[in-house]
Amino acid sequence: MNIFEKMMSLDRRWVFLSLLIVCVAGYASKSETPILINDEVKSIYNFIDELPAGEIVFVAIDYDPNALAELHPMTYAVMEHCFRKDLKVIFTALSQNGPGMADLAIRDITDSLKFDRTYNGVEYKGKEIVNGVDYTFLGYKPYFAFIILGMGQDFRLQFPTDYYGTPLDSLPMMQGVLNYDDVACVIDISAGNITDAWITYGQGKYGFKLALGLTGVMAADFYPYLNSGQIFGIMGGMLGAAQYEKLADNPGLAIDGMRVQVPAHIFIIFFILMGNVGFIVSRRAKARGGN
Amino acid sequence: MRRQIPFALVFIFGTFMVFQYFVPHETSEWIYEYLLDWIAIIGIFALALGIWSFYKVSVDKIKDKNEDWPYSVISLSGLFVMIFFGFTARTGESWGFYFPALLILTAGLGMFTMAYTETSSSKSKTSAMIGLGLIVVFVIISIMDNSWNFYFYTQEGLKNIAFISFFEHIMIPIQATMFSLLAFFISSAAYRAFRARNLLSSILLIAALIVMLRFNPYLGPVSGLMADGADWLINVPNLAAKRAIIIGIGLGIVATSLKVLLGIERSYMGKG
Amino acid sequence: MRIKYSFLLALFLLLIPFSALIFGQDGAAASGETESADSLALTLPAPVTNLKAINTPNDHGHSFTVTWDISADDGGGLKNVLFYRVMRSDNPDSSFKQRGENKLPRGASTYQDNGSKRKESDDFSADFTDFYYRIDAITIDSNVFSSSGIYGPVQSKGEWYNTGRTPVLVAVIIFLILTMIFVALAKKGADLYIRPLAGIEAVDDAIGRATEMGKPILYILGLGGADQIATIASFTILSRVAKQVAEYQTKLIVPCYDPIVMTVAQDIVKSSFMDAGRVDDYKEESVYFVTQSQFAYVAAVNGTMLRELPATNMYMGKFYAESLILAETGALAGSIQISGTDEIAQIPFFVVACDYTLIGEELYAASAYLGKEPILLGSLKGQDMAKAAIIVLMIIGVVTANIGGETLENFRELFKVIN
Repeated sequence: MNIFEKMMSLDRRWVFLSLLIVCVAGYASKSETPILINDEVKSIYNFIDELPAGEIVFVAIDYDPNALAELHPMTYAVMEHCFRKDLKVIFTALSQNGPGMADLAIRDITDSLKFDRTYNGVEYKGKEIVNGVDYTFLGYKPYFAFIILGMGQDFRLQFPTDYYGTPLDSLPMMQGVLNYDDVACVIDISAGNITDAWITYGQGKYGFKLALGLTGVMAADFYPYLNSGQIFGIMGGMLGAAQYEKLADNPGLAIDGMRVQVPAHIFIIFFILMGNVGFIVSRRAKARGGN
Repeated sequence: MRRQIPFALVFIFGTFMVFQYFVPHETSEWIYEYLLDWIAIIGIFALALGIWSFYKVSVDKIKDKNEDWPYSVISLSGLFVMIFFGFTARTGESWGFYFPALLILTAGLGMFTMAYTETSSSKSKTSAMIGLGLIVVFVIISIMDNSWNFYFYTQEGLKNIAFISFFEHIMIPIQATMFSLLAFFISSAAYRAFRARNLLSSILLIAALIVMLRFNPYLGPVSGLMADGADWLINVPNLAAKRAIIIGIGLGIVATSLKVLLGIERSYMGKG
Repeated sequence: MRIKYSFLLALFLLLIPFSALIFGQDGAAASGETESADSLALTLPAPVTNLKAINTPNDHGHSFTVTWDISADDGGGLKNVLFYRVMRSDNPDSSFKQRGENKLPRGASTYQDNGSKRKESDDFSADFTDFYYRIDAITIDSNVFSSSGIYGPVQSKGEWYNTGRTPVLVAVIIFLILTMIFVALAKKGADLYIRPLAGIEAVDDAIGRATEMGKPILYILGLGGADQIATIASFTILSRVAKQVAEYQTKLIVPCYDPIVMTVAQDIVKSSFMDAGRVDDYKEESVYFVTQSQFAYVAAVNGTMLRELPATNMYMGKFYAESLILAETGALAGSIQISGTDEIAQIPFFVVACDYTLIGEELYAASAYLGKEPILLGSLKGQDMAKAAIIVLMIIGVVTANIGGETLENFRELFKVIN
């Protein structure tokens, strides 16, 4: 058995092991991965960046812990950008374990914004992010399609109080904020079929501006909506989050994760190519042997 | 007769569901909602059957001293401990005898399981007696101890710190681990699948490479070209093929539904 | 005569600049007024005209569709209309109340007034009861508004047929007739050819292989509920597999994700064993419930695969993210794998990791293939004919859409489904 034949019949456990080694090595090396920016991520960043202070952005955190690695960095990047721009944010979490995710993100970002920093050359003074003034977390309700439909009438129909039990009308930032008409855009960060509901029942019916943050596997399925203009941006997987972090000059978990993801991808492509080389060479050899 | 009645039921309710789609009237809505309620009710009874089936399969494994019987013990204790956590919560700051009570309850249930799985009747009797004793002790503790309580009708149990901790620190990491297995499986599957065996698979290979290289930062100027190519692949040939499959599936669903309604397709009831 | 027309035309052309001057002055007068906002706000706007309310068609009742022509001062004229308010009463003379929680923005000219159908609700709107409508055009001060005339009486009622869904009904009837024709043909003994499916033909071999090896067959019904067509199709395949398994006395393992599916599957397997005359060999424990948590289920099934090392794994039904994890583990365990799903995103994963895959509707057709009963083959043929008809219609649709024109547009409208 020559090397090419061996390559053809390589046990998959060797692939697993090599992938693990590449991942660990990538994580251990402190090299910086260059990040290219896609238009569909840039359009989300630009939209938020150009909003005047005081506008409201609606962020739907619709994922469970199993998608945490891919989607949490996205939530962090978008939230931090919004708060830095003095925008106000309304959160919902329409997947079962979503409230825990949202709660965690809010706590972390509130802590991180207390410090002075400079982003893209603009100095930012640390400040306290206050519940009810800077953000409102509406919480979780089952049957997401009905909730998305209902919020088009009035947020108070589905969420008379916020997640922490305060009536919406007694929160300063919710004064006069009725439904989607009063928010600049909706950003849905999701790992499942809730995204379909946001497009069909939300954007389709009420016509607000919608952008999506999706897991890498899902992203390809939603590009048709980008072309049809139903959504104005897509962040796909950890790469999408990394691009947003790069645009916002706020390196975080996603850019850090690129050190692992990019070598892993290259490794897989390399393996596919090697497998093909082995395949073609051994086929040629066989054909020659037959002659 | 045993099969006629189910077929009649399928026909009546199935035909109603077809009519319901075309009849917006309140009466049809009312019947529809009533039937949906029944689905929920049947589902809950079936869940009880399901849990019973799970319990029985696990206990049988322990009884037969199947090679992997310790796993069944872990499954069963997981089942009972989480149910206990979900229906109880502490009333004040201290836990009191909460965890000892839980241990005693689990031991008691374990003794009952042993009594059931034991082959010799004297040992079985002893285990049952010990189990009964432990359950009595558990009941006494739960009556005497005021630092925790049972909540069957309210959601206190879901806020029980023990319930949340088990969920967050055991369930979530295990689930995330299972999900991340995908990374390894996808890589090995891609390695084996993308071979240029013939013309079609070569096209697939090239398409796959273009989509995979789409966002690669090390490609420089080529990456824009790759991105355009990948977008075209996703939006034109890929979408066309997907739509074709979706239309086929839609028709297949209608055909299968009709076959079930008309009694042409009966094998789902075990009749060949 | 020609001179006379020319003269008139010249006069008309001359007047144009003057008319512009006149309108311009009007505009100036209007903008002059806007400067004193108070006087403007208190001026009553023109009321809406042409108010109509009808029972909303194709619904369950309790709803009216109200339409009107916007006020002359909405967007034009005094431009002082900011909102509209839809008012309703069961008495033409008094007690008009606002419908909906909010006022409508200016420019609105239609409103669907949906009342609740539940008697106990505050918003209950009774059918077959007279109601009267009025629209208020409101200025910036909500106390300054002008009301339209009153429209009524009008009654709401529920309909017994949704006309918007007629195309669906026609399609279903055509489909039904096609199926009936081909079933009748098949019964008469017509030779109906169906393309062979490798995945189906492999089922027999796979069961034979398991018997030879003395290893079990693992059958997964997917994550769908018993109401999903994919699961029903999977049930029919399970029944055939179980029958053969019973004849060969091979071990069958069916771990279930849904308790209802488990109950049905138990019954199917039992009946199949009965049909094969081996009811004593049936063990209820072979079809069991695991859990309704996706990845916990995967972990349990993977564990079973690696411990029992089944000769054959069959995945038929609805699958999601777990498809590849299951199929790759099965491949690691060295099992022959046959899969079938209508969940498009998972088909590539199965194709890669399994030996045979039924793509989309092939899963539904599988029972006809396995049974080779004329009646089932006939229905499959009917389905193919319907597919051919749809392909023809799609081509016509694409061509007409590209040609354009009103007649063709109307033709396409025939196929439109309104919910």
